[in-house]
Amino acid sequence: MKRLSAALLLLVAAASALATEIPLAERRSSYETLSPETKAMQDDDTANPAMLWVLEGETAWSRKAGEANKSCADCHNDARETMKGAATRYPAFDEKRKTPVDLEGRINICRTEQQKAPALPYESRELLALSAFVARQSRGMPIESKDPRLKPFIDQGRTLFEARQGQLNLACSQCHDDNFGRKLAGIPMPQAHPTGYPVYRLEWQSLGSLQRRLRNCMIGMRAEFYPYGAPEYIALETYLMWRARGMNVESPAVRP
Amino acid sequence: MARALINVPAKAKRGEVIAIKTLISHIMETGFRHSTTGQAIPRDIITTLVATYNGAEIFRAELSPAIAANPFLTFYTVATESGTIAFRWTGDNGYDVSEQATITVE
Repeated sequence: MKRLSAALLLLVAAASALATEIPLAERRSSYETLSPETKAMQDDDTANPAMLWVLEGETAWSRKAGEANKSCADCHNDARETMKGAATRYPAFDEKRKTPVDLEGRINICRTEQQKAPALPYESRELLALSAFVARQSRGMPIESKDPRLKPFIDQGRTLFEARQGQLNLACSQCHDDNFGRKLAGIPMPQAHPTGYPVYRLEWQSLGSLQRRLRNCMIGMRAEFYPYGAPEYIALETYLMWRARGMNVESPAVRP
Repeated sequence: MARALINVPAKAKRGEVIAIKTLISHIMETGFRHSTTGQAIPRDIITTLVATYNGAEIFRAELSPAIAANPFLTFYTVATESGTIAFRWTGDNGYDVSEQATITVE
């Protein structure tokens, strides 16, 4: 009996050692691990390629669309004022749908319900441009995740983050909680704080959303990825933003 | 639609060496890739960038398929007189984009 309880204790200790979240004060944006060249690219708005999408988003913001023939600006006016801090709160809980929606989801809800226009496809240039333009207005502001209604989705996201998946039988947390800073394919593994999305990824030679990044990791784990917009992605995004609460938004960031 | 970002200092002293940065939106499709159905994706790149300072050519670049998407090119010139620095990117499929910036030299 004594031996059994000792073994149990060991098991519990091992399990908790593996599932440790990074203490708040030790969280780092992967910006800190970038090369000086990539940092310079992100810091200078005339060198950051993501700014091409931001400029396009600015144009799209005041372009009329749909049967309602309304532009984003017709309701939300100047995004520099009205969208300030918006990206710090997403994914945000949507009362009507009883689920959180991410920034891309919110833009498409506005498009279908207010503008009466077809939803923009995920990763399309216009959706990325609009989300980059909106996210840019929150740069330097701390991420918020205070809504108590998000709790069950944060928990679902954490469960997904810690669940092993794919042919490699890996969990997100094994890289991003247990082994961050060590190298994978020559690049330091980040702590997975989504502070800069949508992000210009040099490997993609393009801007991409957090869902694309998650999908990318799942392909790496030889796991079956979810279709864009799946509730699993929303839960993971909600969890990851909660994990990064208080860290500053860098959008649109540049990553290798 | 804004497709290019250029950074030219608004003011400079006569004789000063100034940095000029250009960034342009382009897919830079190499022509060496194939689609998922095996068809060759035709080349679509920017082939040249020419910069002129009050009409006189100060910089020319020839771009090749090995250059990444959204090419970012930086070069230096001497600020000689106030005026316009004009940029023109040309490439495959009739690609032709022009931008310009003004500079005041004191």
